[in-house]
Amino acid sequence: MTEEKAQAYWRENISTILKLLVVWFLVSYGAGILFINQLNAIEISGVKLGFWFAQQGSIYVFVILIFVYVKMMNRIDEKYDVHE
Amino acid sequence: MDLQTLIYLFVGLSFALYIGIAIWAKAASTKDFYVAGGGVHPIANGMATAADWMSAASFISLAGLISYKGSDGGAYLMGWTGGYVLLALLLAPYLRKFGKFTVPDFIGDRYYSSLARTVAVIATIFVSFTYVAGQMRGVGIVFSRFLQVDVNTGVIIGMVIVFIYAVMGGMKGITYTQVAQYTVMIIAYLIPAIFLSLMVTDNFFPQLGIFAKTTFAFHDGVKEIPAGTFLMHALDTSLTDLGFKAYTQPGNLWNMFMLTVALMVGTAGLPHVIVRFFTVPKVKDARASAGWALFFIAILYTTVASVAAFSRVNTIDRVQNVEYKTWVTQGVKKADGRENHGAWFKTWENGSLLAWNDRNGDGKIQYAAGKAFDDKKGKPHFDGKKTAPDGHRLTTNALPAKGAKPFDNEVYIDRDIIVLANPEIANLPNWVIALIAAGGLAAALSTAAGLLLVISASISHDLLGQVIYKDAKTGKSKLSEKSELLAARLAAVAAIVVAGYLGINPPGFVAQVVAFAFGLAAASFFPAIILGIFDKRMNKAGAVAGILTGLIFTFAYIVYFVFMGGDKSDYLFGIAPTGIGTLGMVLHFIVAYVVSRMTEPPPQHIQDLVEHIRVPRGAGEAHDH
Repeated sequence: MTEEKAQAYWRENISTILKLLVVWFLVSYGAGILFINQLNAIEISGVKLGFWFAQQGSIYVFVILIFVYVKMMNRIDEKYDVHE
Repeated sequence: MDLQTLIYLFVGLSFALYIGIAIWAKAASTKDFYVAGGGVHPIANGMATAADWMSAASFISLAGLISYKGSDGGAYLMGWTGGYVLLALLLAPYLRKFGKFTVPDFIGDRYYSSLARTVAVIATIFVSFTYVAGQMRGVGIVFSRFLQVDVNTGVIIGMVIVFIYAVMGGMKGITYTQVAQYTVMIIAYLIPAIFLSLMVTDNFFPQLGIFAKTTFAFHDGVKEIPAGTFLMHALDTSLTDLGFKAYTQPGNLWNMFMLTVALMVGTAGLPHVIVRFFTVPKVKDARASAGWALFFIAILYTTVASVAAFSRVNTIDRVQNVEYKTWVTQGVKKADGRENHGAWFKTWENGSLLAWNDRNGDGKIQYAAGKAFDDKKGKPHFDGKKTAPDGHRLTTNALPAKGAKPFDNEVYIDRDIIVLANPEIANLPNWVIALIAAGGLAAALSTAAGLLLVISASISHDLLGQVIYKDAKTGKSKLSEKSELLAARLAAVAAIVVAGYLGINPPGFVAQVVAFAFGLAAASFFPAIILGIFDKRMNKAGAVAGILTGLIFTFAYIVYFVFMGGDKSDYLFGIAPTGIGTLGMVLHFIVAYVVSRMTEPPPQHIQDLVEHIRVPRGAGEAHDH
């Protein structure tokens, strides 16, 4: 692999990771901690939304995030022909 | 069949299964022993990781902790799951590509330094031992409660079982045993949760139970909460009536933030978790495997919030204003005809984990906020086996000050018993209780085995193979394959003995000890590995300075505030010791960066190594040096 291609691969890898980490941060630290009081004003079937994110919602999103990452990275690996 | 026979049967069958698997999966080479031969399927590895990860603390203590903390407990739920996102995105694929056996392997090779490797070995051993002590304690608690044996005997039985399959099978034996243990554990957690959910809310899925309405009316001691109230409303109302903070009311958000970071980063930095990703065939599999691991963990973790909420409502419903003597001996009927039997209360009281202090002398139990016993932590000091005429155990505590709102609390409940006592509190069938015993043991044993393996590998492979018996010319170990395998087995034996000793003479209670391990992992391994992958310029001096800073700072802070009686008002930036790993990590990053930029860049072959681990192709199998 050429130096240039390797750098492009790495850049795309990093930007994928960063995008996913933004979501990771928003659902846990954002919804479950920093904005928990604001979100708690919204209630679904008796459950306050901020509370739900902190105790359940964020976990669902985490699982989805990893599988999305696996999919995206497999595509990038093939695009740059570095897949196994 | 009576309860005791059922428990022996369930626990016995599960042990037979684990040993059977160990015989089938005997390790023949160091590669089998350290990384299960490197050919584990990602889904199987995900399941094994989940079992490895979910400890006695997750299984036994977590729901009780959340139940007690309410909203703030979210830190544990997010922290212990969100770390897998970091693991999947930032560590697992690259460490798999690196393709060695242990975490000190990576630190030692990437920072071309025996010193860094040795520090990593010491940190691995320390973190793993603090964690394993908690597991052995968990084994002891389950044994003493369910098998009617002494805690110490319980610990020794646990040691023998782990000994058989960890020493014989190594990582290979452990991996396949953990798949079985995950299955036992998850069934044992879900079945009582489903029963509870149906009982409290009529909803089959416990995850959805928190959105449901209560099926029964109960009197919280101040007023009647009618059936058909939203569960969370019933909880908030009754707790505020009793002088507690509302269940969904967040507390100190700054501490919650710091704790969540420390737990997440600590999870991603724990050697026994990281090493699992060395066992899959490809980089691609390492990524997927982290996803499966979290999927299997999430099945349990998304249930925890509900179990916590159900059991808090249940406790109030069952305990409030019952007449002690009748309740624990023959049981009472609730106003709506439901059975309510207090035998469980007596059992746990005999185990010193529950206590009642009849402060107003009315013969009835009152549950509210505040301490029932005059003690720093509100704990009872039992007066030997002495009991009052009504049968409750007497204590030597002085009487606490009276006059709390709405009335004085008379009960002490140890948080660790919630999950174990739940099925009895809810009158679930005996086989469910037997299942819980087997599940608790599966959780503790699977984690203990994973940790012991990491300890033995860091001694035989890293310390003996790569530091002490390293051939200076070839850079290879002078130990033959056979003698390293023997060394690994002997190290595992030694580790089990030390772990057993720590289980019998524990340095603190389960949760506190485990929090210690997280803080240290967060402040030492996580930043060192991240920088090793993402910062090509990071060198030996920076890494060593960073690891030492993170480790010493975090260690000193925890020791000072937890074990030497440091006062809360002296907290640095108001951070509690459980969350201090976060600051340790930040310091590690800063020190490592500054020192590395002031010193020589790493040699060319190291920079090539970094380039190499950044691309998936050519991973090959995990190999020796």
